[in-house]
Amino acid sequence: MHVPTLAEITAEGKKPEVLFWVGCAGSFDDRAKKISKSFVKILQKASISFAVLGTEESCTGDPAKRAGNEFLFQMQAMANIEVLNSYSVTKIVTTCPHCFNTLKNEYPDLGGKYEVVHHTQLINDLLKEGRFSISGSYYKGKRITYHDPCYLGRANQVYEAPRKLIKKLDAELLEMKNCKEKGLCCGAGGAQMFKEPEKGNKDVNIERTEQALKTNPDIIAAACPFCNTMMSDGVKNKEMDENIEVKDIAELIASAEGM
Amino acid sequence: MDRPKKRWLNMLRVAFGQSKMVSRPVSGTLHLIVYIGFIIINIELLEIVLDGLLGTHRILAPYLGSFYSFLIASFEVLAALVIISVILFWTRRNLLKINRFWNSEMKGWPKKDADFILYFEIILMSLFLLMNATDFLLQNSEAPNYVKAGFFPVSQFITPFFTSFSIQTLILFERTFWWLHISGILIFLNYLYYSKHLHILLAFPNTFFANLDPKGKFVNNKTVKKEVKRMLDPNIDPYASLESGSESSKFGASDVLDLNWVQLMNSYTCTECGRCTSECPANQTGKLLSPRKIMMDTRDRLEEVGANITLNGSFKDDGKQLLNNYISQEELWACTSCNACVEACPVGIDPLSIIMDMRQYLVMEQSSAPGDLNNMMSNIENNGAPWPFNNQDRLLWANDN
Repeated sequence: MHVPTLAEITAEGKKPEVLFWVGCAGSFDDRAKKISKSFVKILQKASISFAVLGTEESCTGDPAKRAGNEFLFQMQAMANIEVLNSYSVTKIVTTCPHCFNTLKNEYPDLGGKYEVVHHTQLINDLLKEGRFSISGSYYKGKRITYHDPCYLGRANQVYEAPRKLIKKLDAELLEMKNCKEKGLCCGAGGAQMFKEPEKGNKDVNIERTEQALKTNPDIIAAACPFCNTMMSDGVKNKEMDENIEVKDIAELIASAEGM
Repeated sequence: MDRPKKRWLNMLRVAFGQSKMVSRPVSGTLHLIVYIGFIIINIELLEIVLDGLLGTHRILAPYLGSFYSFLIASFEVLAALVIISVILFWTRRNLLKINRFWNSEMKGWPKKDADFILYFEIILMSLFLLMNATDFLLQNSEAPNYVKAGFFPVSQFITPFFTSFSIQTLILFERTFWWLHISGILIFLNYLYYSKHLHILLAFPNTFFANLDPKGKFVNNKTVKKEVKRMLDPNIDPYASLESGSESSKFGASDVLDLNWVQLMNSYTCTECGRCTSECPANQTGKLLSPRKIMMDTRDRLEEVGANITLNGSFKDDGKQLLNNYISQEELWACTSCNACVEACPVGIDPLSIIMDMRQYLVMEQSSAPGDLNNMMSNIENNGAPWPFNNQDRLLWANDN
């Protein structure tokens, strides 16, 4: 698929409506790349003009900051802000709640002020503006439970946008014992994704997967590439991966619409 | 101080209005009863103190008329409800042994402190009702000075225990209960400062000064900001000596004096309810981390530093610090920064900010992050991603099938 870069579009003298910040997971992680593609398909279907930074994008610095390396975080942030400001970027969408949170909340203080939205929010807006619609009944009657990513939910109070989309799929939305404000972490946040867990009696993703399995779902919906990995691992660990899929909401919409 | 209006509202909602307590309906409701009881019965305390100072008896009765009876009746009902709630609290803690009251940090003084408070409240409320019961009998026997006033829906049921006594003895009982009650309150007020119960005062400033920003927004370290600015400033003289400014050049926190005053106030506000710890994913899965312990350790170390300053005039190095002597690195590295603890706290305490400040010290001052994290960080430094991929390959995903 052709994904335009901001450099190309700017060279043509145009300005896209929104910059898609792909993030490191969305760019390099095999599972998360599929989420990026599904989301691009949705953007294309909605005929919204967008661009990515491509090789000009670099880690937001989120994992460095949560690990305590404020220095590395601020260096990354300053470099990214320089790029974003040089293109006069005004609106950013991202499929990763960690990038979303960092760009939205921590960049302004360092000189990077943008309107930042999560892809589930943008998709809702596109539906509201009538730029595309969900008509298929691909998931009709399917049992879908939604896992709140900490950096989307508790950290930024985005609870409804992803849920609205699941309901639009005509699916049955199931809530886990811990949801919304009380959502249990998947275990990847705070740079845990990149290290072995401390000694304990269970891994956090297993605990969360058990909560998800209790709702007896067909699909576990996620809205974060890291949660997606953790929950997929959990489902595999429980040997349920033949029966239960872990999908990002963008993927659900893309398949529902046959994209 | 920014956004004062929002701060007052937050205090009104969370501390005064107990909005977060009720997210756990059982303990929330019981707490609400004790809280309302505490506030309302304090009105009666005003009369008790005035009577004591002026040598009067039920001084407010003539001014309030029948409303006075209503007031006394509601104080009595509340006192009875408080006793029941406190007994249920004690049962939850000691018989049902609810997990969050039995974590390792609750051994010793914290456990005793919690029980003392409950006993104290039962005794104070009982004394109040006993005082009213004997007063009611004295009023009925038309004892001198015991003007008829008030309505006693609860304590009238205690009167049978005292009916056999003479008026003289009854007066002795009534006076004794009065004195024990008021002395008990004065002792309890002084006990607050040695106890987790201080939350009844600090909950208010604590919610006022709590973070109002989205929970995901972590403060950008100011010392680092200055350094980064220097590095990126092409006009800076690289040989100029660092100005010996007042700001510390230490990155992060290794001891309580590196923390800000709101974080320190947080530690004194903590009433050790353990809602944070019971919501913590690391703690739920058996890791050492307990956000409540982070707060208790901070307070205990601060007490130690305070005693040190009192003794020596200024802080004298005691070879200890918050890091390692109180909070281990294993605890700090177990945090997923998920904010469940912050969300759970009914009085707006932020254990996560302390964890993050201490991680900053570990990484930026001591370079002692776990090896895997060092790999992740050098990947970001070298190729702009936490994994070892070439940044030139960032857009390859679009071509994959």
